Amino acid sequence: MAIIDPRHAAKQLIYEKVFRSATLAAAILVLVILGGVALSLILGAWPALRHFGFAFVTRSVWNPVTEHFGALAPIYGTVVTSVIAMALAVPTAFGIALFLTELCPPMLKRPIGVAVELLAAVPSIIFGIWGLFVLAPVLQRHVQPWMIATLGELPWVGGLFQGPPYGIGIFTAGLVLAIMVLPFIAATMRDVFETVPPMLKESGYGLGATTWEVIWNVVVPHSRVGMVGGIMLGLGRALGETMAVTFVIGNAHRISSSLLAPGTTISSAIANEFTEAVGDLYTSSLIALGLLLFIITFIVIALAQWMLSRLERRSVRA
Amino acid sequence: MDALPPRAAVGARVSGRRLIRKVRNGLFLALSVVATGVGLLCLAAILWTLLSRGIAGLNVAVFTQTTPPPGSQGGLLNAIYGSAVMTALGILMGSPIGMLAGTYLAEYGRSSRLSVVIRFINDILLSAPSIIVGLFIYEVVVVRMHHFSAIAGAVALAVIAIPVSLRTTEDMLNLVPGGMKDASAALGAYPWRTVLSVVYPAARSGIVTGLLLAIARVSGETAPLLFTALNNQFWSTDLNAPMANLPVVIFQFALSPYKEWQDLAWAGALLITVTILVLSISARVILALMQSNQAAKR
Repeated sequence: MAIIDPRHAAKQLIYEKVFRSATLAAAILVLVILGGVALSLILGAWPALRHFGFAFVTRSVWNPVTEHFGALAPIYGTVVTSVIAMALAVPTAFGIALFLTELCPPMLKRPIGVAVELLAAVPSIIFGIWGLFVLAPVLQRHVQPWMIATLGELPWVGGLFQGPPYGIGIFTAGLVLAIMVLPFIAATMRDVFETVPPMLKESGYGLGATTWEVIWNVVVPHSRVGMVGGIMLGLGRALGETMAVTFVIGNAHRISSSLLAPGTTISSAIANEFTEAVGDLYTSSLIALGLLLFIITFIVIALAQWMLSRLERRSVRA
Repeated sequence: MDALPPRAAVGARVSGRRLIRKVRNGLFLALSVVATGVGLLCLAAILWTLLSRGIAGLNVAVFTQTTPPPGSQGGLLNAIYGSAVMTALGILMGSPIGMLAGTYLAEYGRSSRLSVVIRFINDILLSAPSIIVGLFIYEVVVVRMHHFSAIAGAVALAVIAIPVSLRTTEDMLNLVPGGMKDASAALGAYPWRTVLSVVYPAARSGIVTGLLLAIARVSGETAPLLFTALNNQFWSTDLNAPMANLPVVIFQFALSPYKEWQDLAWAGALLITVTILVLSISARVILALMQSNQAAKR
């Protein structure tokens, strides 16, 4: 048995306390950062919010010359581009996840999976520059004229697809966002599909179910939790995405009835105008936009995680 | 699932239903193949455009000259330097904090109420829009210093890097077998000694992976730099002044009407994407090697 030097032991205890405090301080810094973000946004937004009151979120005027600012157009653009993105990305991601878990030959499984994950690592500015120089011209020349000629003539929804084909605009931004969030949602869905016990699927096949029936009646109910989580996280990303949208949205502070018209989103308005904003009220209004975005994404992401943890707990109990 | 009626009792109705089921099965499976094709096509289209236009814009001048005034030839040297410096500083500031915090969650806090809250908040920071981080650093650093600066840009990148490193560190430390920590504790080591001499070395490749992923995440960020580091058309190594960086230069040049600037934007886009893909692929390879090592040991 070794003899323990009391001085050595005391020193060890001090090191232990220092190390533990350092890790604790770093962990608490995470909370401080989030608190600091919230506080600095509220303080920065305060002049605008006090000046315009609640009307800030209900008015669509955005006039730097007369210093009248309302957030309705950016809010509208943010919500509509995200809805378009999710409407396009969720079914496609579901198809990719389904293909990777159920249909894909084992040899291709890894390369395709890695390719999808690499698409997720590409920075958003690349999607933006690609959307502006490659996607927008193609849409303007080939896709949007067709949309205007066919979808634009439909009753009820026709108004959404009218006007000249600009190429850039709300619809293009939604499409680029869809391509951006696609790999996130697909990768999450694939991961949850793979957690379905093979026994359950085999039971389905044993009863004579087709592949699709096994997926729809066994795999999907079993992985509803993770699917919702993946979709919500994708939504959170779509709502806050800045660079990809700024390139292709057209940056027009107005609410158009047509999806093909240029618009703006909260994040693209901040990215475009912040460094050029003259005057305290202008800057403050842009920070107020940031505060709105922070609140919206906070709610979406927090909701996603709360649902996930609640459903996980339920599945553990069952 | 619909209850399937016994075969003998049904007859013709079944073959009709079976046909519908078969058609539906084929239709949805075909759609899923199409979806995968669309996804891969997007990746291929983006990479193809990047390669063809990026390589066309790439030449020696890109690495030896600074960003030109409109309408003339030049390179990206100052932007490459600025990106490297700010990424390095951001990682140097952010990663240690993230690693220490991850160590707290994995080794000390585990399931305490505080840890649950920190994990939750960290996951929110991980997916929070990066432009919000830019606004935060603008308010906290730029306004206080009264000017844009490379330091402000590096701090913004550090704030982005912290949640990434925290998450990967915690995940990697959790992979270290509990028996190793118990053995160290049984020898009389305090937890700090165990963490430094047993847990960190055991999780070494995981920690390197986390570092690579954090660098990959940070080096493509544009939004947090827009109003912190701003941009600088000239060669500058002053951390206290605005500094050029690849993402913001790409943003500015791509939206300009000048062909020379657009070509440089594509060259920069190719450089960033290749860097990030190389980092992500190396992280993946290290992880795969680690897993096969562990499997071999068992």
